[in-house]
Amino acid sequence: MSDTNMRSATISVLVENESGVLARVIGLFSGRGYNIDSLTVAPVERDGSKSRITVVTSGTEMVIEQIKAQLGRLVPVYKVADLSKEGPHLARELALIKVVGTGNTRQEALRLADAFRARVIDASTESFIFELTGATDKLDAFLDLMRPLGLAEVSRTGVAAIARGKVAIE
Amino acid sequence: MDGTITTGTGATGTGTTTEMMASGAQALLRALKAQGVDVIFGYPGGAVLPIYDAIFQQNAIRHILVRHEQAAVHAAEGYARSTGRVGVVLVTSGPGATNAVTGLVDALMDSIPLVCLTGQVPTHLIGNDAFQEADTTGITRQATKHNYLVKRSQDLTRVVHEAFHVAKTGRPGPVLIDLPKDILINPAPYSEASTAQHRSYRPRTEPDPARIAEAIALLKRSERPIVYAGGGVINAGPEAAKLLIEFVRLTGFPCTTTLMGLGAYPASDPQFVGMLGMHGTYEANMVMHGADVMLNIGARFDDRVTGRLNAFSPGSKKIHADIDPSSINKSVAVDVAIIGDAAATLRALIAAWKNDAGKQDREAIAKWWQQIDFWRAKDSLRFTQNRERGSIIKPQYAIEQLYKATRGRETFITTEVGQHQMWAAQHFKFDKPNHWMTSGGLGTMGYGLPAAMGVQVAHPDALVIDIAGEASILMNIQEMGTLAQYRLPVKIFILNNKYMGMVRQWQELLHGNRYSESYSEALPDFVKLAESFHAVGLRAEKVEDLDRVIAEMLAVDRPVIADICVDEKENVFPMIPSGAAHNEMLLGPEHKNGGNPGVTDAGLALV
Repeated sequence: MSDTNMRSATISVLVENESGVLARVIGLFSGRGYNIDSLTVAPVERDGSKSRITVVTSGTEMVIEQIKAQLGRLVPVYKVADLSKEGPHLARELALIKVVGTGNTRQEALRLADAFRARVIDASTESFIFELTGATDKLDAFLDLMRPLGLAEVSRTGVAAIARGKVAIE
Repeated sequence: MDGTITTGTGATGTGTTTEMMASGAQALLRALKAQGVDVIFGYPGGAVLPIYDAIFQQNAIRHILVRHEQAAVHAAEGYARSTGRVGVVLVTSGPGATNAVTGLVDALMDSIPLVCLTGQVPTHLIGNDAFQEADTTGITRQATKHNYLVKRSQDLTRVVHEAFHVAKTGRPGPVLIDLPKDILINPAPYSEASTAQHRSYRPRTEPDPARIAEAIALLKRSERPIVYAGGGVINAGPEAAKLLIEFVRLTGFPCTTTLMGLGAYPASDPQFVGMLGMHGTYEANMVMHGADVMLNIGARFDDRVTGRLNAFSPGSKKIHADIDPSSINKSVAVDVAIIGDAAATLRALIAAWKNDAGKQDREAIAKWWQQIDFWRAKDSLRFTQNRERGSIIKPQYAIEQLYKATRGRETFITTEVGQHQMWAAQHFKFDKPNHWMTSGGLGTMGYGLPAAMGVQVAHPDALVIDIAGEASILMNIQEMGTLAQYRLPVKIFILNNKYMGMVRQWQELLHGNRYSESYSEALPDFVKLAESFHAVGLRAEKVEDLDRVIAEMLAVDRPVIADICVDEKENVFPMIPSGAAHNEMLLGPEHKNGGNPGVTDAGLALV
């Protein structure tokens, strides 16, 4: 296979919400040497019977196809969708960002947060916690700006993604 | 059923009638019977005592007591591979389960349908590091096709039925059910197997007609075709092997098989060019290298088959038919991918070939066969046996004589792993599927004796022979006790060269003759060993002993160990060294160009 071009893939996996299912997915990635750049999981059905895993991975086209085939082979997997290939999609993640500082840097942090439409969800005289939602690169850019301004702690959710348009993946 | 205490509906949610059973163990046995289980290979222990108690109180299911849990799994593999049915294993928690892991991975690699029942500590003790507790589902998650931990009694029989379904459908494999002791003791509802489709698991079996048409278009126009069949054809049942023969005869193509595919196409048929790969025939590998169209059916482009990937069958259009979508484009990129069962795919190919108006280039195919016959004339499996009295026995000769002596009998062959395995694959000819049991993917030494046990249980009147090496056989030698207990007349045919032969061969070819730790020091006297296990021990030291020992072995209706002392220095040829291409095969010393392995540094790093 001459294809050595790496690409990023955002893959949605709809699974039976049963014990061990996340371990199966993660074990598949680690056991076969695939990358996990981001991973999110939560139940998506009202009765809690199905969960949706969004995994961002990277590899050659052949590797990504292999990842999808391997995921599809797991018994509790309903559906595997390669959002980055099957059409336009939206990907968002949420970050909670603690910035510690006083004086000008504190003012600057607040101004930038406003520009990025980050919400202040906690404040003390020496700190803010911002809540920011957006695409991964937007979050990365904001964090880069906060770093010299007293960035103390970050908690990110990882990417949740969905295809545009009316078609649902089941 | 005597375990019934009440009747009525239970809350299993499967929509079928349910009946309350006195214990989970009794519900379990009823589910096993409903799945057609007639034999279980197992070993008792604290956590599974309720199951053993239930087994004691019934006669429909036979239990074979092994001497080590790994052997229980291999025995179930032998049973499954030789019958096409699901093999069943029962072991206790903790060490029982961990001992079974090697067998499970073996079955996973070779796609053997098994259901392994493991005991577990009671649900309220799980996670407490209780006595004989292990995280069995955690440990075996990557060792099984799927596994279950039953935490609620109402799930028990549904899970059992589902496990059998998962084990035998799609690409078959081992499925494990972890059973906490309280689930086995407490009353449990019994529900019949659901006829509804599984919620998420729905393997595709019928091939896409569009892909079949693409394949036929390539195959019809091919001038240098090859059919490459693997274990998937065996797994698809005897019908698939019949269809393979029909297809190959219809097309006039040459056919090769993998190690796991031996028997899928008759070895005695002139269109068979032998096994391919590292120790395959010269003609099979040269055909693969020179082909313009390849049809892979039920094989997975294993590294032992392909050799160096970028030099593997470089000029061919590749068609890959497999039931497992993840096998497609995994290591070798293909031009046409057909997802489906091997039998269904072959049926569709045959129909499409007949309906296709296109004509084959018969002249080109005839030319291809001339070329193949030229390669075949090399006689790459050739060896020389000195027949003079007192001559040392060549291992290949021992296999050949064994084959001749067993022709015409219903014979099943199992092997351990190593040189003897390759010689068996090369020199024993298989004309039918399901008669050859070997550890192909995982390469598990110690597989052959327990697998032979499982085969003999399934086929009490057949001749079952474990072709072994003196090192491998010691890895599960304790199963001689099982043979004795159940009067299983398995024949163990040891090619004793006093070395871990394949290790020694690689050390000779790749590591400057430094035979590090590969000499079988302090071997037991296999004749006495046999006798101490109530079996018959025989030994052939010189060429003149061989036929007599084989005849005696075959005449005895008891377990036999035949210790065949063979040439210690013999190597398996031909050979594609790791990292080399198919047209860079090493031939044996019988051939003029045999010798320098020509191994690159990159090749040395491969296994």
